[in-house]
Amino acid sequence: MTPPELPESTKRVAVGRRVFLGVTGLAALGVAFGASIQNFLGNAFGSGLGGLLPGGDRFRIYSITGKYPTIKDSDYRLKVSGLVHHPKTFTLDDLKAMPMTSFTKTFQCVTGWRVPDVHWQGVLLSDIMDAVGIRPEAMALTFESYDRADTESLTIDQARLPDVIVAYQMLGAPVTTEHGGPVRLYVAPMFGYKSLKWLSAIRVVHEVQPGFWEQNGYPVNGWLDGTTGPTNPDPSLT
Amino acid sequence: MTVAPTTTRRVAHLMRFDRVQRTAHWANAALFGALIFTAIPLYFGSFFGVVLPRHLIEQIHLWSGLALPIPIIISLLGPWGRSMRRDVRRVNAWTREEIRWLQTRGRSTLEADKFNPGQKLNAIFIGAVILVMLVTGSMLQWFRFFSVSLRQGATFVHDVFAFAIFAVVIGHIFMAVTHRDSLRSIFKGWVSEQWAAAHASRWLKESRDAEGSVDSP
Repeated sequence: MTPPELPESTKRVAVGRRVFLGVTGLAALGVAFGASIQNFLGNAFGSGLGGLLPGGDRFRIYSITGKYPTIKDSDYRLKVSGLVHHPKTFTLDDLKAMPMTSFTKTFQCVTGWRVPDVHWQGVLLSDIMDAVGIRPEAMALTFESYDRADTESLTIDQARLPDVIVAYQMLGAPVTTEHGGPVRLYVAPMFGYKSLKWLSAIRVVHEVQPGFWEQNGYPVNGWLDGTTGPTNPDPSLT
Repeated sequence: MTVAPTTTRRVAHLMRFDRVQRTAHWANAALFGALIFTAIPLYFGSFFGVVLPRHLIEQIHLWSGLALPIPIIISLLGPWGRSMRRDVRRVNAWTREEIRWLQTRGRSTLEADKFNPGQKLNAIFIGAVILVMLVTGSMLQWFRFFSVSLRQGATFVHDVFAFAIFAVVIGHIFMAVTHRDSLRSIFKGWVSEQWAAAHASRWLKESRDAEGSVDSP
């Protein structure tokens, strides 16, 4: 593509086009294989190196309201009500006095980012359900947040999975305000939006009521393998 | 070809960037600026809420991103875009001498075009990353149409390129403020013949061959 108005007889090379295609081609490869590259680096070198790469292993903090509700530990209350035998309000100390569960998992957001090796500690949701006594007609749980905007839902069976917890520790320290502290839900086998932050109340109900993100188009059952049925047979998810 | 610095001759001017190019440049710069400044709190989540609520920051980032190609497209298309189109051809077509100059990092001789190979590379890079960031950003915004693996890849590319863009833009601004004559030309359009003789001798020769009419065919 030698422009006619350039007088030199010197041969021209379309370097511009080549660099343009090179850069955009590299980006396309990155989109196609970026997940594999990150997973490989994470597995080969641990999350330390992945954390140094831009784009890798980093939490993106979302908030529906644009603010973080700030709750003092001593003011924190978790109200459990609805189809239960003994409605109860838990303080943070009440939760910490219950049997503790901890594990390390990859946190996966539905939008594509992930953080491997996140350590969680808290109380099994099934322990909380047992403490209040679920009535037989109960089918689902509805979760509410101190931000007064987010809501979530789980079926009773989902809530009884062994890696669904009410978490008060994350990354080896109390859950920070921006991560949903002092207490948040953590639903390990599903995408991050199911793990409601600033958990304020659990209502036991007759049927699943789609939460905030579900009303905005996300699947009610956001399993990490991409399936959206009420149950998931894949044991590697739990 | 050189003009003695002590000359009392009236300084002749060459138009380096016409009004369309200047407008496109500053519109593009404003959008890049808005994108970079909103990207920082979005990437480093802990800053958020300091100046603007997060959803406002997100909206600014989204709309600036979607608008990003508009200044270049408008300035290229249409009857007003002749200089812009000619400069795109300049940036694309390199002589062997220019390739060698880049390979030797500026140590080989060069009869410089209107833009030197480094400037050409900057322009190509910016053009390419506009496309890359627009596509990957759209994948992140309308993620439901893509698999989780592709979303993760798009996040990865968007972030890596953001760092590269940040570095290149800082370099671009540094070169601009340390080269006053070039800097003036993106505000006022013109450079002196003296400057052109020193930094863009091939362009100056072409402009003279085109019989006085500055940078026209």
